[in-house]
Amino acid sequence: MSVQTPSALGDDVIAPSPREEMRRRAKKHVGLIFGGIIVMAVILAAIFAPLLAPYDPYDQDLTKRLIDPVWKTGNWAHILGTDGLGRDYLSRLIYGSRISLIVGFGAAIIAGTLGSIIGLMGGYFGGRVDSFVVYLINVKLALPGLLIALSLVSIVGGSVTALVLILGFLTWDRYAVVTRSVAQQVRSNDFITAARAVGASQTRIIIGELLPNVMNQIIVIASLEIAIVILIEAALSFLGLGIKPPEPSWGLMISEARNFMFFKPHLIAIPGFAIFLLVIAINMAGDGLRDVTAPEGRN
Amino acid sequence: MISPDMDSKTLTQSTNASERPLLQVSGLSVDLALPAGALHAVQSIDFSVKAGETFCIVGESGCGKTMTSLALMRLLPRSAKITANRLEFEGQDLLKLSEKQMAELRGDRLGMIFQDPMTSLNPVYTIGNQMEEVYLRHRKASRKEARERAEYMLQRVGIMSPALRMQQFPHQLSGGLRQRVMIAMTLMCEPRLIIADEPTTALDVTVQVQILQLLIKLQKEFGMAIILITHNLGIVARMADRLAVMYAGKIVETGTGLDVFRHPRHPYTKGLLSCIPTHASQRQNESIADRRLGSIPGLVPSLIGEIKGCSFRNRCQWAQPDCASTNLDLREASTGHSYRCLIDAKSGISPTAEAAL
Repeated sequence: MSVQTPSALGDDVIAPSPREEMRRRAKKHVGLIFGGIIVMAVILAAIFAPLLAPYDPYDQDLTKRLIDPVWKTGNWAHILGTDGLGRDYLSRLIYGSRISLIVGFGAAIIAGTLGSIIGLMGGYFGGRVDSFVVYLINVKLALPGLLIALSLVSIVGGSVTALVLILGFLTWDRYAVVTRSVAQQVRSNDFITAARAVGASQTRIIIGELLPNVMNQIIVIASLEIAIVILIEAALSFLGLGIKPPEPSWGLMISEARNFMFFKPHLIAIPGFAIFLLVIAINMAGDGLRDVTAPEGRN
Repeated sequence: MISPDMDSKTLTQSTNASERPLLQVSGLSVDLALPAGALHAVQSIDFSVKAGETFCIVGESGCGKTMTSLALMRLLPRSAKITANRLEFEGQDLLKLSEKQMAELRGDRLGMIFQDPMTSLNPVYTIGNQMEEVYLRHRKASRKEARERAEYMLQRVGIMSPALRMQQFPHQLSGGLRQRVMIAMTLMCEPRLIIADEPTTALDVTVQVQILQLLIKLQKEFGMAIILITHNLGIVARMADRLAVMYAGKIVETGTGLDVFRHPRHPYTKGLLSCIPTHASQRQNESIADRRLGSIPGLVPSLIGEIKGCSFRNRCQWAQPDCASTNLDLREASTGHSYRCLIDAKSGISPTAEAAL
């Protein structure tokens, strides 16, 4: 903490703003840059899928079944070959990123909003509200999430919307736990009392004073949760209870390639590697985001 | 309700005796429900503050000073029970206002400065943003007007480059500067009464003086009343028009600054005064042993449950058997100067106590 001498009152000594410091730290963080680039690339691929994909991902051509990728055939017509129904594998992979990202981000947005509201309320109000929130969280933690997701999907059917909603409502607990504990810490700060002392209302304090102080944590959890949700979606689709054919989900692609596992292993390896790459990139970016926004938490 | 003659006792002398007090408090109590029982943090205290005057509340930690200030602002948690015969600010009964009406009042007519400027500003907003919000909350003003107002106020509290400071975040400012910002923020709507809860305790000594001088200067400029809560008698001597000494949730002595400092009546006040270091030149005749700084032995008693008799008796060198059984009201020593002790009013100290000295 700097000591202020009277003469320094007027000096225009400017410490770097938090944003500048963050930018400086971000530039040095290898994990964040690496993860960020891959995530951005996948997002761009998903957005511009119609432009990037060389073929229609649903277009079957049984005369061109199970073509090997370019490194075996040297034929550039189908770079990653075709699957068992003669659909272009690269196109399906590119379109598949859309489903992974929509499910991942969609579920994270729903879960993040829900969990943060619950957590902030509990942490801020305390008392009975908090007891109820803790009760809710405990109930949620006691639920076998994957089993419920499985049974719900089998009832409702595996559309993307259904998956986003189900996974969103099943993964809010971590947001709630973290925002609750951070809100408890922030609440005891004088600036909350000070805000009330200048006439701010409760909602205003929760949204205007508390939320910005827990936003860092929410974003970091979200980045980790997105990765988890993407894996769950892949797992559900692999089990045949997530995305339904002929949609090109990565998990579903692995599932469909199961029959050809022993003589066309690349059919499993390619979507598997895509999932691995996206998940690890999101994890690295999220980890980096935490290091950059809250460096004091780590040494 | 309150009798007229009691009223005249609480409204002690002042420069403007005819004026209706800005804040009138009588019988204010704060009870906290704890698992161990009810904690009587503040027990039926009376005082009043007139427009433009400085009223100090003094006492050591745990005496109910902060509880009193938070009760006045109604910022205590809901589990705290506030009762009062009268809690009037500008003729409005604060206890009858809804939470929304109270929020309207806070920051507008009633301001508060907190002890620790390090934690009382929100770290995620710029100084300017936080100051503007206060003005926008209470006045129909545009963002631009609010910005100009904030800049003006920062200038008034002696910050040299307000436009620059307004773009900065709290962590970029030193403690003294932040406390200036807090004061400027409190002044945004020119409140009639500012409650300053130990505003200089967290600052280093050189900055303390600057902040106090600033408060005195601003009080003259804006004509607001200040309730200053502190345990530092040096500050009280410098600032107070009138003061109340609190001990264990009760006011044990109240009067003008002059009266209380020249003729302290209550043993606790005397104890507090003996805790102020004096300059060497004033004590040349004392022996080495006498030069030790005074202290009051013991601790503030637990305020849980009913307390019978004088709560200071266990630490009081003049305590008598009667002290344990009598619940005293405030006794008047002179007009506007009253205290809560069995000790004889005229001599100041009871005969037995004189011998003890």
